[in-house]
Amino acid sequence: MKQIAIVSGKGGTGKTSIVASLAALARGRAVYADCDVDAPDLHLILQPAVMERREFYGIKRAFIDSEKCTQCGSCQDACRFAAITDFQVDLALCEGCGVCKLVCPAEAVEMRESLAGYAYLSDTRFGPLVHAELFPGEEASGKLVAMVREMARDLAASRKLDLILIDGSPGIGCPVIASLTGVDLALVVTEPTLSGEHDLERILDVAVHFGIDTAVCINKYDLNPEASRRIEALCQERAIMVAGRLPFHPSVVKAIVSGKAVVEIGGPVGQAISEMWSVLEKQL
Amino acid sequence: MKISIASGKGGTGKTLVATSMATSLASPGLSRIKIADCDVEEPNSYLFFSERTLLERKECHVTVPVIDEAKCTHCGKCADVCAYHALAVLPETVLLFPELCHGCGACTIICPEKAVSETTRAVGEIFLARSDGVEIIWGELALGEARTTPLIKAVKDLAKGEMVIVDCPPGTSCSMVEAVRGTDFCLLVTEPTPFGLYDLDIALKVLENMQVPRAVLVNKSGMGDRKVYEYLEKRNIPLLMEIPFDRKIAELYSRGEVFSEKMPEWKAKFAGMVREIEEMIS
Repeated sequence: MKQIAIVSGKGGTGKTSIVASLAALARGRAVYADCDVDAPDLHLILQPAVMERREFYGIKRAFIDSEKCTQCGSCQDACRFAAITDFQVDLALCEGCGVCKLVCPAEAVEMRESLAGYAYLSDTRFGPLVHAELFPGEEASGKLVAMVREMARDLAASRKLDLILIDGSPGIGCPVIASLTGVDLALVVTEPTLSGEHDLERILDVAVHFGIDTAVCINKYDLNPEASRRIEALCQERAIMVAGRLPFHPSVVKAIVSGKAVVEIGGPVGQAISEMWSVLEKQL
Repeated sequence: MKISIASGKGGTGKTLVATSMATSLASPGLSRIKIADCDVEEPNSYLFFSERTLLERKECHVTVPVIDEAKCTHCGKCADVCAYHALAVLPETVLLFPELCHGCGACTIICPEKAVSETTRAVGEIFLARSDGVEIIWGELALGEARTTPLIKAVKDLAKGEMVIVDCPPGTSCSMVEAVRGTDFCLLVTEPTPFGLYDLDIALKVLENMQVPRAVLVNKSGMGDRKVYEYLEKRNIPLLMEIPFDRKIAELYSRGEVFSEKMPEWKAKFAGMVREIEEMIS
C-alpha cells in the first residue's frame, strides 16, 4: 500500500483543490483521507455520503469536586499551565497532565475525557473518504489525524485498494508531522511568493528530518516567474523533482464554487494536474 | 489594544492584512505599532520589512525531565503518570521523547526515588526587529518540533505595547486559540468561496466560545460566490473591509511588498478600519 501526503507549509496554496483532482484521476483505486482536521474542506468537493461516524476523545481534563475540595491551594501551586484559579479549572488552559490530581490531598480532582470531535467513513464519487471534524478550539489535532490515517489504512486493506491520498494541513507542527510520518511520498504544494518560498524550505527540511521522499508542485507558477525560477533552482539544488507547474487560472475558483474537482471542469489547470498525476504515478 | 488577525482557512491573507494595518498606523521614528507573528510554524510577516534591523534574538526554552540513572529503580511510575507518553521505562534505562513532553512536572512529583530533576531545552527562537515605525516580533519553531504553544506564549510576552497586531496561525485548534487568547478583538480574514466560508464558520464558533469580539474582512472579493456575504448578513456579523481579487495585489504580495504602501489609497482605509474596531470595543 502506498501513501501520498499533500502538504504545503504555507496555507492556501491549493492543497485541497489538487487532492480533489488527484482523487478524480485515481477514481476507484484509492482511499482519500482529509487530515486537515481543523479546517477540513475536501468534503465540500467530494460530497461524501457518510457510512459511519466514530467518536473522537481528545485529552483528559481536570475537574474539581467543590464538595471535596478543602481549598488548600496545592493544585494551583503545582499547575504549570496556570489553569486553576479560585479552585476552578479553566478548561481552555488545562493540558490534561493530571498534576493537580497527583498533589490533591483530598482526592477532589477527577480527570475526565470529553468528546472532542468525530471521524467519518464515507463514500464519494471517486471512492472512499475518511474525514473528521474537530470541535472548535479543541486540542489534540495530531491525535485525530492519527485516527483518520488508521481508519484510512483499514479501509484500504478491506477494500483491497493500494493507494491512500492524504490532504494535509498547513504548517510544520503537530498535525503536519502526524500527516507525514510513514508516507511514501510528500507532494509539497507551493506558490511563487516570498512567503511561499520561505515556507517551502521549512517544510522540505521537516520532510528531510523525518526521512520522507518529496516532490514539489508549483501552483500559480506564472504569477511571479522570477520566484518560480528560484523555486526550480532550489529544487534542483536539493535534487527534488518538480512534478507539476500549474498556471494561475480562474477555473480553480470556478470548480470550488460548483463543488467540482478542477479536472472535472477542464481547462489549463486541470490539464496540468493530469500531467502531474502521470509523473507521480511513475514516481511511485 | 491588541487585535488578532485569524482565519480558519490558510492563505486567505492574514499576513497581508496584518502588515498593511501596521504600516498604515505607523508614524516614522516612533515604534508604537507592533506585529506579533504567532504563526511560529511558518512566520512570514517579517519578510515584508526588508529594511528591518534585528534588535533581539533568543532561544525559547521549555522544561524537560532528566533521570538520574544511579537513583532510578526502573519502577515505571513516571511513564505511567505521563499523560503524553513522553517517557518509556525499560529494564535498564528510561527513554525520554522530548518533543512529546509538556513539562508538567508529574514525573518529578511521582518518582519515589527522587531520581527526576528538570532542565530546559530549546524548541525554537524568538526575534525582534524594527522597521520604519513598526516593531516585528516573531517566533520560529525548530524543525521536527510538534508543540507550538510555548513559543506563541513567548512571542506574545515580548510584544507588549499600546497597539499590538497579532498575526495568527491558520486553523482553529490550540495554536490559533493560544494566539487569539487575551486579544481585545479578532479580525477574521476570509475569501468568498465555499472553503473560505466553511472554515470561517468554525473560526467564528471558536471566538464565540472564547468570548472575543470579532468582525470579518473579505479578501479577494469578486472571485467566488456571494454565500459568505449572505452568511454574515444573516448572523449580523460586521464586515469591515473588502479587498478585491486583483492580480496587481497578488503580484505585490508575491514580491514581499506591503500592498498598501504601493497603493497608498488603502492606507486611510486600514487606519479607518482600526478606528472602527476601537469604537466597537469601547
